[in-house]
Amino acid sequence: MPTNIPVVENILNANDRLALENRTRIDAAGVFSINILASPGAGKTSLIEQTLPLLKGRLRVATIDGDIATSIDADRAAAAGAGAAIQINTGGDCHLDAVMLRGALEQLDLTQFDLLIVENVGNLVCPANFKLGTHKTVLVASVPEGDDKPYKYPGTYRGVDALVINKIDLLPYVNFRMDYFQQGVQVLNPGVTTFPLSCRTGEGLDIWVEWLVQNAKK
Amino acid sequence: MHELPVTQSILKIALDHAEKANAQRITALNIVMGELSSMVDDSIQFYWEIVAKDTIAEKATLNFRRVPAELQCMTCFHKYHPTDKELVCPQCGGVGAKIIAGEEFALESIDVE
Ligand SMILES: Nc1nc2c(ncn2[C@@H]2O[C@H](COP(=O)(O)OP(=O)(O)OP(=O)(O)O)[C@@H](O)[C@H]2O)c(=O)[nH]1
Ligand SMILES: [Mg+2]
Ligand SMILES: [Zn+2]
Repeated sequence: MPTNIPVVENILNANDRLALENRTRIDAAGVFSINILASPGAGKTSLIEQTLPLLKGRLRVATIDGDIATSIDADRAAAAGAGAAIQINTGGDCHLDAVMLRGALEQLDLTQFDLLIVENVGNLVCPANFKLGTHKTVLVASVPEGDDKPYKYPGTYRGVDALVINKIDLLPYVNFRMDYFQQGVQVLNPGVTTFPLSCRTGEGLDIWVEWLVQNAKK
Repeated sequence: MHELPVTQSILKIALDHAEKANAQRITALNIVMGELSSMVDDSIQFYWEIVAKDTIAEKATLNFRRVPAELQCMTCFHKYHPTDKELVCPQCGGVGAKIIAGEEFALESIDVE
């Protein structure tokens, strides 16, 4: 006769515990860290490329790029002036997890940096479930993806600390209802900071950069 | 795609608890899975057959208790189920809601012999 044993354990506990260890390590070095989530092609790497020159002389930045197979994004970050650009190849996995971030952190001398930018794998579903241990999670949405994304991916939109709305230079060309988009965002994540900007024209980047600097100086 | 490490994690939690209880065999795992958790039970089932092989949980069945998403409007406190087209409160049209159910993803209990 089987007996029932209560367990009640969060299945992602192991990852969450490691994320905490990562956070401790990042904090010990006095670094501010962000985890950038977005769908493929939203402009995560473009944002990093445009941000790095604007931070020159203000913050020392290290980047970690998660990608399924190539090192293209880390190479782009290095070319744009990252003090260090580490590549994590997930070997097919759709997201970074705390173990992978720990491996990347071991390759960095964090004390040499003020800001750590982690580019997650392009995917709107999975990365939201796996905490890395970074201070803030930033979602990059982009205008051509459509204004219904908060409605379709509530799990991702509700959990982020800041939202970049990229490619606003394309607003005149696509049917993107900013009100409808913002309404979906505000239902799940009331008061979340949003940064409408364009990595093409540079519009709005200054406010985003100021946010990074303010957080890193805290 | 992330269900393989997740399934390994489920197995590990179950084996740890079974060992503590000196169980010979795990016959069932009772998993609670919220609608917003973005986990796919079919994939977990698929990986389970692989990861549980040659363990005391090999023949265990996986029972999934699904929990629907529930939001509560922070304006009128009405509770509602969101749909993929509409997130605003159906009663007052308010935005700004709290998720009160649907994010669960936990191993609730195991059955052992
Ligand atoms: N018009 C316009 N195009 C942009 C903007 N930002 C990025 N792009 C373009 O969008 C495409 C994808 O940009 P990436 O920065 O590679 O996107 P990503 O999110 O890093 O993509 P993955 O890492 O492959 O998921 C490129 O062709 C960019 O030139 C923008 O503000 N406006
Ligand atoms: Mg990229
Ligand atoms: Zn209401």
